Amino acid sequence: MIVLNATLVAVTYMVLLERKVIAWAQSRLGPMRVGPYGILQPVADAVKLMIKEDITPVRADPWVFTAAPIISMVPALIVYAVIPFGPEVRLFGRQVTLYITDINVGLLYIVSVASVGVYGIILAGYASNSKYPLLASLRASAQLISYEVAVTLTLVSVIMMAGSLSMVSIVRAQQSTHLWYAFVQPVAFLIFFIGGLAETNRAPFDLPEAEQELTGGFHTEYSGMRFALFFLAEYANMIVVSSVATTLFLGGWLRPFPNVAFLGFLDVVPAWTWFLIKSFVFLYIFIWVRATLPRYRYDQLMRLGWKVLIPLAIANLVVTGIVKVLMV
Amino acid sequence: MLLSTALFMIGVIGVMVRRNIIIIFMSIELILNAVNINLIAFSAQLQNVIGQVFAIFVIAVAAAEAAVGLGIILAFYRNKETVNIDEMNVMRS
Amino acid sequence: MAQAIAFYFIAACILGFAVLVISTKDTVHSVLFLVLDFLFVAALYVLLGAQFVAAIQVLVYAGGIVVLYLFVVMLVNLKRPPEAHQDPRRRTMLGFLLAAAVLVELGAIAVYGYGQPAPIVAPAAAMPVTGNTEQVGWLLYTSYLIPFEIASMLLLVAMIGAIVLAKREL
Repeated sequence: MIVLNATLVAVTYMVLLERKVIAWAQSRLGPMRVGPYGILQPVADAVKLMIKEDITPVRADPWVFTAAPIISMVPALIVYAVIPFGPEVRLFGRQVTLYITDINVGLLYIVSVASVGVYGIILAGYASNSKYPLLASLRASAQLISYEVAVTLTLVSVIMMAGSLSMVSIVRAQQSTHLWYAFVQPVAFLIFFIGGLAETNRAPFDLPEAEQELTGGFHTEYSGMRFALFFLAEYANMIVVSSVATTLFLGGWLRPFPNVAFLGFLDVVPAWTWFLIKSFVFLYIFIWVRATLPRYRYDQLMRLGWKVLIPLAIANLVVTGIVKVLMV
Repeated sequence: MLLSTALFMIGVIGVMVRRNIIIIFMSIELILNAVNINLIAFSAQLQNVIGQVFAIFVIAVAAAEAAVGLGIILAFYRNKETVNIDEMNVMRS
Repeated sequence: MAQAIAFYFIAACILGFAVLVISTKDTVHSVLFLVLDFLFVAALYVLLGAQFVAAIQVLVYAGGIVVLYLFVVMLVNLKRPPEAHQDPRRRTMLGFLLAAAVLVELGAIAVYGYGQPAPIVAPAAAMPVTGNTEQVGWLLYTSYLIPFEIASMLLLVAMIGAIVLAKREL
């Protein structure tokens, strides 16, 4: 429950952060009116979206139209169940684990739950019963499916390194080898990052919601709370991708350079702070990339996915396997 | 067991009764799922993991079947603009 | 007790959604119910202690196969509903009769099976690893290596076949 609420608050503030950062990148000020430096803007946005009229188009499929935002929101939230924010901590004299569960198929769980999220987009496009959303949702789902292959292949190489599917054991494995996997697996890390950008439909891969071509993308026909759900799902997915990347490649809650002894004074900082800092850096890069890079063309996107990333990921996997066998 | 049998029967009825070939394919998926439930149930009852291994093989075969089947549907639809199996009675077009 | 309640609830959901899958008029709704059905089957697997297969089930079925179905339904984009076309030669009753015949056969097998003494079950071979995922992986790569490779060949053939079939012109 706490994680859920924290996520939702984090998501709303992500929106503000994004607007601010992009504004700075374009030397503007961004939202300034609500509260000092606009820090109450998310609250105002949330209230506005909740009290706005919720319109269902006449020709839409009413049931599917209602279900689609929920379907895209739920997977984005339940993934947090397996993400370890930190190790056990003592809180008010009780032993508290900073992760909800540690199931032994954790990583597989994340991948499969994330794959269910595609339905929200496809169904939104279908149920709106209008041209642009349909086109956008076909694009989005094709993009998601093709990049999921590359991302999953990089995850497999991480699993080979750690020898476990459990998120907590993966972090512990990085602790025992004294090295973040981002340094052991730089190629996988890069592919995961690009794939993560594409899977969350972020720029430069935000073709499904390319304003210039498709008006608003698959949620063109949505308004009010349902639109808000899609919006939240997108940002929640961004946070998921960055926390998964932190866990797998940046050593989760471990401090920087866990192998260097004289940096031991860094241990006074609580472990979960490192996790939050790393995730935040990731999110910042996401926004930075959006403000900096132009959008890809659709055929370029597909070519990049299938002809560059997937072969690279497979090659990386093979090399990892060979090195692993030779080292034993 | 009963659950799996019932699911199997629903699948069989679906194959027999519906005319939309896509729904017939989905019924076949249901049948395969019924088989899988049975395999997993026995694997749990006998404390033996082999059932789960076979369930994975069934899933792989189902994936292959779905890919080829849907390819055939698309090719057929392009020729005849229908997905009604009653009109699929011509071997050459 | 709680496990029994969970089992009956999941079983009821599976059957209910299965009926909806084959009885709904709208194909897209049908596909949706299929997804729900698969998710509940995955929940059943977790209940039966097969987490790895459950994850694979969600990943392959819900994430892969059904998305494929949804794509085809959208591409096919029916101009007229296929059920509207009535073929006089088609007999729906015959379908139910044949299904009933299959049911009778299954029942016969079940009765016959109860008549036999229960087969002596070989105890599961001792495995060097523990944990559901590890055990499945161990079996796949030792005793069942050849079927595993054949399955991968089958997938490769299916992939090529699907591309050839769906391509507009060769």
